[in-house]
Amino acid sequence: MHFLWAFLVGGALCVIGQLLIDLTAMTPARILVLYVVAGVVLSALGWYMPLAEFAGAGATVPLLGFGHLLAQGVVDAVERHGLLGALTGGFSAAAGGIAASLVCGVIASLLSKSKDQS
Amino acid sequence: MKLSKQEYDQMNKQASPKSKLLPDCLWAFFVGGAICLLGEVLRTLYGRWGFALTDAAALTSATLVALSAVLTALGWYHKLATKAGAGTLVPITGFANAVVSPAIEFRVEGLVTGVGAKMFVIAGPVIVWGMMASVIWGVIYYFIRPLMGG
Amino acid sequence: MQMQNKKGDTLFFRTPPSVLGYAAVGGKKESEGPLADGFDVLDTDTTFGEKTWEQSESRMQAICAETALKKSGVTPKELDCLFAGDLENQCTASNYTMRDLPVPFVGLYNACATMAEGLGLAAAFIAGGLAQRTMALASSHFCAAERQYRFPLEYGGKRTPTSQWTATASGGVVLGSVGGPPYVKAVTFGRVIDYGIKDINNMGAAMAPAAAHTLLTFLKDSGRQPEEFDRIFTGDLGAVGSTLLEEICEKEGVKLTNHSDCGLLLYDREQQQVDAGGSGVGCSASVLCSHILPQLKSGKLREVLFIATGALMSPTTFMQKESIPGIAHLVLLGSGK
Repeated sequence: MHFLWAFLVGGALCVIGQLLIDLTAMTPARILVLYVVAGVVLSALGWYMPLAEFAGAGATVPLLGFGHLLAQGVVDAVERHGLLGALTGGFSAAAGGIAASLVCGVIASLLSKSKDQS
Repeated sequence: MKLSKQEYDQMNKQASPKSKLLPDCLWAFFVGGAICLLGEVLRTLYGRWGFALTDAAALTSATLVALSAVLTALGWYHKLATKAGAGTLVPITGFANAVVSPAIEFRVEGLVTGVGAKMFVIAGPVIVWGMMASVIWGVIYYFIRPLMGG
Repeated sequence: MQMQNKKGDTLFFRTPPSVLGYAAVGGKKESEGPLADGFDVLDTDTTFGEKTWEQSESRMQAICAETALKKSGVTPKELDCLFAGDLENQCTASNYTMRDLPVPFVGLYNACATMAEGLGLAAAFIAGGLAQRTMALASSHFCAAERQYRFPLEYGGKRTPTSQWTATASGGVVLGSVGGPPYVKAVTFGRVIDYGIKDINNMGAAMAPAAAHTLLTFLKDSGRQPEEFDRIFTGDLGAVGSTLLEEICEKEGVKLTNHSDCGLLLYDREQQQVDAGGSGVGCSASVLCSHILPQLKSGKLREVLFIATGALMSPTTFMQKESIPGIAHLVLLGSGK
C-alpha cells in the first residue's frame, strides 16, 4: 500500500510544480527554490513529518523533502549543540545529496560530452 | 504607429498559445509519481538489507542522483524532461540533472573555471535559499525550544 | 558616381548591386526540414568536425563563405569588404571565421536581423561607389546559442509553446557592382521598437512591432502597396509573431496577403518539435540563400521584400527585468533592375 501512496503523493507534488510552470511565469530555478524553502517551512510547522511517514519516498524524493531534511537536520543539531547547530545542521543533513550530485557531476563531465539536441 | 502598448499586450495574449494543461499535468503526475515510486522501492530494499531508516533514505537519494547523472550524460534525461516537465524537475533527480548538466556542458571551459565554477549555476540558488531558510529555522527553534517544554 | 535617392528612412539604389552568388549551410534539424534541398552543405553531425560548439559555428560560417565565393567566382582578394555577424558573445563566430579570411572585415550585431543589416550595408557600399565587390555573412548555432542564452544542452527543461528554435545555419551573399540578377534595389534600416514584451520565450511577439514599423515605413517611403510584391518575407517571427505582424498591419490599414516567415519555412512545425518556429541569425540568412535568392535568380519570383527581425536583449538585461527591444531591416530584392 505504501508504494501506491508514494506514487500518488509524489505525482501530486509534481503536478503542483507543473501548474506553477504553466499558469505563472515562474522559471524552473524559482520553482526549485520555492519547493526547498516551502519544505523547510512546512517541516518547521510540523506538517511535513506526517506526510513523510505516510507517503515515504513520495514525500522525501521531491525537493520539498530536501527542505524537510534541512529543517530536521537543524532541529537535531540544535538539540545537540545549541545555537551552533543552526549553522551546522542544514549542511550536515544535506551533505549526502549534495556531495553525491557533485561527485556525479565531476565524473560525468570527464566521461561525457555536450550533445546536440536535435 | 498608432498602436498602444496596452493594446499590443492584449493582442499578444490572444495570439500566444497556452500550454496544454491537462496533458502537461498527466505527464508530470505519472513520471514524477514513477520516480517517487522507484525511490520507495529502493528505500524498502535498503531497509530489508539491514540499513537503518535514515541511512536507507540517504542511500535512496544517492542512488536516484547517480541514476539521473547517467541518464543526463546519455542525453536521455533531457528527452524525458521535454515531455514530463515538473515530473522530472521537482524530484531529487531534477536537482542532480541541474548539477550534472552544466558540469558536462562547461567542461570545455576547463576543470576549474568550467566544471568547478559553473556546476552550481542552476542548482546554487536552491542550496543558498534552502540553507538560509534552515539557519533561520534553527535560530527560531533554539529560542522557542524552552517554550515547547523541550 | 551617381547620387542615390534617400526618401524617409529608405535608400533607393539607382544602380542596384548584383547578387553574384550565395550559399546556405545547415545542421541536422535543417537537413530534415522542407528547405533541405536548397542548402549547399548540410552536416548531420552539427559539430562540423570541431571540439566546441563555438568552433563548430565558426567552421560552419567559414564553409558558407568559401562556398558562396566559389559559386560567385570571386576570390577573397577581390572582396573590398565583408560584413558578418552572429549571436555569440562578442560576435566571436564571425571574428574567428575572419581570422583565416584576409578581407577587410566589419563585424555586426543586430541579433537575428544581422543578415538584412549586413546585406543592406554591403549593397549600400557598392551603390555608393565605395566598393566593387562585398559580402554579407551571418550564422547561428543552436548549441552555442543555447549554452550562452539559456541552459546547458543536457538540462531537462520544458519548452513553452511560444518559444522558437535557434537554427544551426549560415547564409552568405556576394554582391558586385556589375553582374546579372538578382539585384538589391532598396534598403530600409529599421529603428529600435519596444512594445514592452518581457517574455524571453516569446521573441516573435517582441519583434513583430519592429517588423511592422519597418514595413510600413518602406511602403510610405516608396509609395507602393504590399500586393505589388510577389512575396513579403519576414525574418524569424514564428507563428505568434507572424499573426501579430498581420494584425498590427491591419490596424494600420495595410492588409498582408502575401506574407511568409522564414521561421515557419525552415522547419516543419508538425513534425520537428520547434514549437512556434525557427529563429536565430542563421534562420533568415539560410532561408534567404536556400529559398528566396534561387527563386529570384530563376525568375520564379520577380520582386520580394526581405525583412529580418532581431530581438535586442541579453541574458543580463532579461534578468534585470528589462523589456525586449526589437529591430527589423528591410531589403528590396528583384530579378530585374
